[in-house]
Amino acid sequence: MAIYSTNEFKAGLKVMLDNDPCAIIENEFVKPGKGQAFNRVKIRNLKTGRVIERTFKSGESLEGADVVDVEMQYLYNDGQFRHFMVPDTFEQYQCDEKIVGDAGKWLKDQDSCTVTLWNDSPLAISPANFVELTIVETDPGVRGDTSGGGGKPATLDTGAVVRVPLFVQQGEVIKVDTRTGEYVSRVKE
Amino acid sequence: MLARIRRFFAERSVLEVETPLLSHSIGTDPQLEFFTTEYLSLPLRQTLFLQTSPEFAMKRLLAAGSGSIYQIGKAFRNGESGRFHNPEFTMLEWYRVNFTLPQLMDEISDLIGELFSGHSLQETQRVSYQDIFYSLTGLDPLVFCYQDYCAFARACQLPEAVDICGHDHAMWLDFIFSHKVQPHLGGNTLCMVYGYPACQSSLARVNEQFPLTTDRVELFINGIELGNGYYELSDAEEQDRRFNKELAIRHQQQLPVSVKDNRLISALESGLPECSGVAIGLDRLLMLLTNSASIEDVLSFSIHRA
Repeated sequence: MAIYSTNEFKAGLKVMLDNDPCAIIENEFVKPGKGQAFNRVKIRNLKTGRVIERTFKSGESLEGADVVDVEMQYLYNDGQFRHFMVPDTFEQYQCDEKIVGDAGKWLKDQDSCTVTLWNDSPLAISPANFVELTIVETDPGVRGDTSGGGGKPATLDTGAVVRVPLFVQQGEVIKVDTRTGEYVSRVKE
Repeated sequence: MLARIRRFFAERSVLEVETPLLSHSIGTDPQLEFFTTEYLSLPLRQTLFLQTSPEFAMKRLLAAGSGSIYQIGKAFRNGESGRFHNPEFTMLEWYRVNFTLPQLMDEISDLIGELFSGHSLQETQRVSYQDIFYSLTGLDPLVFCYQDYCAFARACQLPEAVDICGHDHAMWLDFIFSHKVQPHLGGNTLCMVYGYPACQSSLARVNEQFPLTTDRVELFINGIELGNGYYELSDAEEQDRRFNKELAIRHQQQLPVSVKDNRLISALESGLPECSGVAIGLDRLLMLLTNSASIEDVLSFSIHRA
């Protein structure tokens, strides 16, 4: 794998740090006019999601991490593993709930999502920014309510619970922003 | 900004000068990387350096009897690029004959005050390196206590400092100062830090009263380092010794070979008048005057687009 020096650290670069794959978020060059140069780097550990700050002496280097994002189709959940497939090659990957994490509640069969692979095994799953899901349970709305009201909780077919406006009914399909977990709009079938 | 600076010095009868960017020699500071270029004076090929600061040439003028001088010009430092760095940048450097460092600090404060008029900058602060370092870290910067420095780094979630700095006192000071001191300096004011530890200055004089410190001052506004000034070393032998020491360090660290400026040494031998001098990064000053987040915002084209 390639070796990257501090001046090549750019946002998005994937490197190995303390044996974990990490993504560089920010890299600030710090150098007193008459003194040692450092790079203050903000890094996300891709396994734990934690963001840490670490200082390097300028010119130090890290090994690159074989991390790629692949667009895949979510197939099914067999109770123990979730299964994903690369649409072009039909290659399949499975991963457990620990890796799927929060993304699981936005995954509907056949939907596409991004699977982050490290050394060809899944490291993290990110759902599409917007997903369309069906409401399986919510309190009946009251006639005359508008979107200005406070809203009510609604359970979706993937198990996720989001707040929706009072006029939205059980059985309707809604669009949700997975980054915030917020209702966006109703979807006309 | 440039017009105001020139007016400031005209009013004080300081002469504007211009010195070469290309030189046959270069500073020996192991922390400064330089650009080299090839001069074809056929049949010879000669390596020339792009200056990292106009300091040596200006000191030669001073030794030749120029009197107080200033210069606005480009300086080049290889490998330095970031939010506050561009390898080619503009520097204001001036020298005042018969000024002590405190007198020069007064003048710096006047200049900054004039440039920032209308920006409601608060009154200039002056603190010694030791005081400000101690008050923000609890450590004594003049006496190196490895255990205490390590304990501090760990307590600040900076354990990597221990590996990076080892037993190198100067590197520890750079590390802790850049991370834990500098960001707090000069909130909406000019903060002048003086009395730098002796291990941190190659061209300043050692303070007569406190030999662990030098007559060096650094300028900060809003945590940004703006400039650096000295009560200038005029002892040719001492200067030569420091050059040789730095050349040895460069050799040891396998850094590019620099050529020491023997013309500066001879100028010092012939006599540099008592003087103080300071250099200010004008790009950073402009960043502060325009509230810019990055040096790119005040350059026509930064190195990535040059």
